[in-house]
Amino acid sequence: MTAHDMKHAGSDSARLEAVGGRLSRVDGPAKITGAARYAFEQQLDGLTHAVLVGATIAAGKVAAIDSRAAETAPGVLAVLTPDTIMELKGASDWLGNPPAKPTYGPLAREVTYSGQHIAAVVAETFEQAVAAAGLVKVTYDETPAIVDLSDGKAGDGIPIDMMTKEWGDAQGAFAAAPVRICAAYNTPREFQAAMEPHGLIARWQGDELTIWEPSQWLDGMARTYAEWFAIPFENVRLVSPYIGGGFGSKALALAHSAVAAAAAKMLNRPVKLVLNRPQNFTSYGGRAATRQTVAIGADKDGKIQSIVHRGVNETAVDGMWVEPLGSVTSIMYATPNFSSKQNVVRVNTVVPGAKRAPGENPSAFGIESAIDELAYELGLDPLEMRLINYAEEDPQVKKPWSTRQLREAFAVGAEAFGWAKRSPAPRSMRDGRQLIGWGMAAGTYPVRRAHGEAVVKIMADGSVEVESSSIDMGQGTYTILAQTAAETLGVPVEQVSVKLGDSHFARAGVTGGSRLAGVMTGAVYKAAGQALDELIGLALSDPRSPFQKVQANTLSVKDGRIASPRGDGPDLSIAELMSAIGREKIEAKGDTMPASTTPEERYKNYTTIAMSIPHTEGNYSRHSWCAHFVEVRVDEDFGTVRVSRVVSALDSGRLYNPKLAESQWKGGIIMGIGQALLEEGIVDRRHGRIVNGNFADYMLPTNADIPDIQTISVGIPDPHSSALGGKGVGELAIVGIAPAIANAVFHATGKRVRDLPITLEKLI
Amino acid sequence: MRDFSYLRADTIEAARNASALPGAMLLAGGTTLVDLAKCGVAEPSTVIDISHIDGLNTIDITPERAVIGALAKMSHVADNVEVKSRFPAVSEALWQAASAQLRNMATIGGNLMQRTRCPYFRDPQNFPACNKRAPGSGCSAIGGVTRGHAVLGVSEACIATYPGDLAIALVAFDAEVHLGERKLKVEDFFLAPGATAEREHDIRPGEVITAIEIPGSAAARRSTYIKVRDRQSYEFAAASAAVGLELEADGRTIRDIRVALGGVATRPWRARAVEDTLRGKALDEHIVREACELAMQGAVDHGANHYKIALAPRVAARAILKLGETA
Ligand SMILES: Cc1cc2nc3c(=O)[nH]c(=O)nc-3n(C[C@H](O)[C@H](O)[C@H](O)COP(=O)(O)OP(=O)(O)OC[C@H]3O[C@@H](n4cnc5c(N)ncnc54)[C@H](O)[C@@H]3O)c2cc1C
Ligand code: SF4
Repeated sequence: MTAHDMKHAGSDSARLEAVGGRLSRVDGPAKITGAARYAFEQQLDGLTHAVLVGATIAAGKVAAIDSRAAETAPGVLAVLTPDTIMELKGASDWLGNPPAKPTYGPLAREVTYSGQHIAAVVAETFEQAVAAAGLVKVTYDETPAIVDLSDGKAGDGIPIDMMTKEWGDAQGAFAAAPVRICAAYNTPREFQAAMEPHGLIARWQGDELTIWEPSQWLDGMARTYAEWFAIPFENVRLVSPYIGGGFGSKALALAHSAVAAAAAKMLNRPVKLVLNRPQNFTSYGGRAATRQTVAIGADKDGKIQSIVHRGVNETAVDGMWVEPLGSVTSIMYATPNFSSKQNVVRVNTVVPGAKRAPGENPSAFGIESAIDELAYELGLDPLEMRLINYAEEDPQVKKPWSTRQLREAFAVGAEAFGWAKRSPAPRSMRDGRQLIGWGMAAGTYPVRRAHGEAVVKIMADGSVEVESSSIDMGQGTYTILAQTAAETLGVPVEQVSVKLGDSHFARAGVTGGSRLAGVMTGAVYKAAGQALDELIGLALSDPRSPFQKVQANTLSVKDGRIASPRGDGPDLSIAELMSAIGREKIEAKGDTMPASTTPEERYKNYTTIAMSIPHTEGNYSRHSWCAHFVEVRVDEDFGTVRVSRVVSALDSGRLYNPKLAESQWKGGIIMGIGQALLEEGIVDRRHGRIVNGNFADYMLPTNADIPDIQTISVGIPDPHSSALGGKGVGELAIVGIAPAIANAVFHATGKRVRDLPITLEKLI
Repeated sequence: MRDFSYLRADTIEAARNASALPGAMLLAGGTTLVDLAKCGVAEPSTVIDISHIDGLNTIDITPERAVIGALAKMSHVADNVEVKSRFPAVSEALWQAASAQLRNMATIGGNLMQRTRCPYFRDPQNFPACNKRAPGSGCSAIGGVTRGHAVLGVSEACIATYPGDLAIALVAFDAEVHLGERKLKVEDFFLAPGATAEREHDIRPGEVITAIEIPGSAAARRSTYIKVRDRQSYEFAAASAAVGLELEADGRTIRDIRVALGGVATRPWRARAVEDTLRGKALDEHIVREACELAMQGAVDHGANHYKIALAPRVAARAILKLGETA
């Protein structure tokens, strides 16, 4: 099967289908009935199964691998080790930087983290491969590991100069400020914890490689495979019709991907490799653990004079991840003096990676907690504190905001929550043995932009097909692109089918940084516009067209019917017109790039992130904004925290589909509740190993943990951010939830918890 | 492949005979056994499926006692109207355990036999040392991640917490477990690790749990189970308490009280010192809180689980006070 055919089965009203309508997810029925077939659920003839063997030490060398027992186990086709796996070429990174080494071995001789892939067993059945993998004996020369940021051996790390942001005299102004606070805020290693594990099926046909793999970035991953195996980019086809959650983790081809593709090549059989749940905690990076200190100096009226911020995040011994910790710190509040610097510290872990709102999320935990502390220091209401220091322009780049509805978010959110009724003193609100706390925080996420391309086809029967190699991981791409095409072409949305998730379709960059909707609606809008122009052009000019005689220079298309604007001439369905002019289809490819773009630039645009457009390009600084208001109930004896109410007002600009935007916002808020109260990768310090790498022990919120959540859109169309006026949706809402909860916990208990998660022992 | 033979037992007799085979393990709901087989902890040579035995899933309740068949599902027992009215703590312990899906599959017999959640026990590949799994190999938990480990009933060999909820309520109300001919107190059925961490239950080869029996009492009728954890649902207890209370006619003097603790000990833990202190006393918050501290006599922490020493008495006290309020 190729990509999924996405016909929408009827909608409630015409309004629903327009851009901005609350159309339900068109892929919903397929998912809830089980008809949706995910990437590695494909059934292939002759499929074999690979299972990985992971390092049981965190640092050292593989001394020997004894694979004899595994090799002779029933069903085993191959045992791959660093010595026996085929050599791959090094691949460039996601920025397009050339590889550090010319060759790449996805199985490690040098162990730099526990769980690192050492060997793989390929067998006829999955069970045979699992059993044989257990027979592979690895011996090591172990060396001491640096387990985490608080390891004595970790040191101060490497300064990342690129992250330094400074203006004014931050230290001096802080020292001189009459009111000061300074505190340290820590966030633990967290994981994306998607329900669908990572994995893939790889199949070679000659030197053509097909990969079925959940992917947030088909073109980027296809490029990596092409480079590993030194084959043309076009020879790789990546298929990813649905993604069962990515949250940033599924944008890159990883070591296990390389193992499966190499095994398939070596055996000349298709290979399926799916990471088991514990491997999903060690085979790719979650959010890096972070440490921040935030010092704020203010005058007696609460006006901030200086912010001094220092951040550290962990990275891997053999890989670099920078979690930009000063990203919210530097723009949320107006301050004449500012300094932010960041180091990274190498520890023995898999390279950390992107998890929903990388950077902004932990950054907001620091600054939004600190602002609350400062408000208490000054005896100001936390909301008032924020208004006093409202940034009227981007304090860092000194440009106006494209749009910033944050003041509106504060007002609307506070009103809906009833913030005015809050009694300010900590421990002043209770219900029996439950201490009640109200807290708030703001959040933001930059508008990341790039270019995209789409194909729109008008078929002989009047139906419309949209094709793009972008993906839908639940955020609603299938739905909003159908809405965009339907509205642009003037056809009912049921007539539109959207095909995504195949790298042979029109190209798309990474689905990350909340950019896809803005990029792809723009591309579809353009392609559909071109297709419509062609349709109308043919209708007016083709000698066989009934409109040829009509004295009009354009025609209107509405509800799938084409007529002259005055309504006096013929009135045909698109199918009737196509038949009259004898056309099988009209096809248009649209992209959002300048016409002068070279093929090399296009390739780079889709397969790397090097050509992302800065959010501060030109005259404006572009961001989404939000304000969260949270109520918690803390048991005074047990220290258990339950979130009992959330009201969030959010500015994501124009919403292409409010229903889907609200779902994404709520998803972010829920994930933020998990981050605040539950999530933590717990490391055994003696072994440098995560010991809670499974869904029973890595705590994610359940339905019972999630209260009523009210989201309110306060956005207005932002013409500087995207073609249709939207800003980012997906990552915004998680930003600020953790500090809002921590602030509410302080209000409830008088205890300031600066280390996430806020587990019960921190409060008893 | 890890081969094992599968045998379906249609009678208790057949199950007993088969379970005497070396390496044999019973399969009821499978929610523990299959899980542990996946982790590489359980490696049965024969799996004896007892889930089809007739007549083992009955719930029989009279004013004197409840007799619950070993194959009764957790969800059925939790929802049983008689259980709810005569043994509320039992129902509450069950519905706060695991998840709805698990409770629909899991049986009462299997529930008693569930194994510890000690992460080192569950990961033989990365942590070979575990006295419970491999006697004499050592204990990986001591000196490691111990947030969930026990503070009561621990030994140098093992500090693993008994994770279940139901058994806490059972020991509070002097329930018995039926093993065919043999009947014994649930409290005696569970063994503290001592020097033999691998022995968790007093069950012999060839024995099968057929039922549990809970004597009816005024304290069981006025009882509750409070389970405290970071997550509202689907998490094992940080600390829990099953409590039953009977007051004198004056409505405030304690005639009978039962207190058992979960989540803090190597086996279901009856807090007799608390009971003895409170019997005959007035139901007063201060007295209750102070008495509950006695439950922690002899507690030993291993760092990260220290909080349990403060938490558990508060859970017990809350449960007692809650029952008092409903007087
Ligand atoms: C993710 C998760 C969360 C959980 N959370 C909780 C929780 O919060 N609280 C809680 O109390 N429990 C919890 N559990 C444990 C769950 O309650 C048990 O897995 C379940 O009760 C076991 O019953 P079963 O019928 O599935 O047992 P099985 O898996 O079939 O058997 C378990 C063991 O008991 C033996 N056995 C089964 N029946 C008999 C019998 N009649 N006689 C003798 N031996 C027998 C088997 O041989 C096996 O060793 C959780 C489990 C999981 C997987
Ligand atoms: S606490 Fe017990 S179960 Fe855990 S590792 Fe030690 S011996 Fe094994």
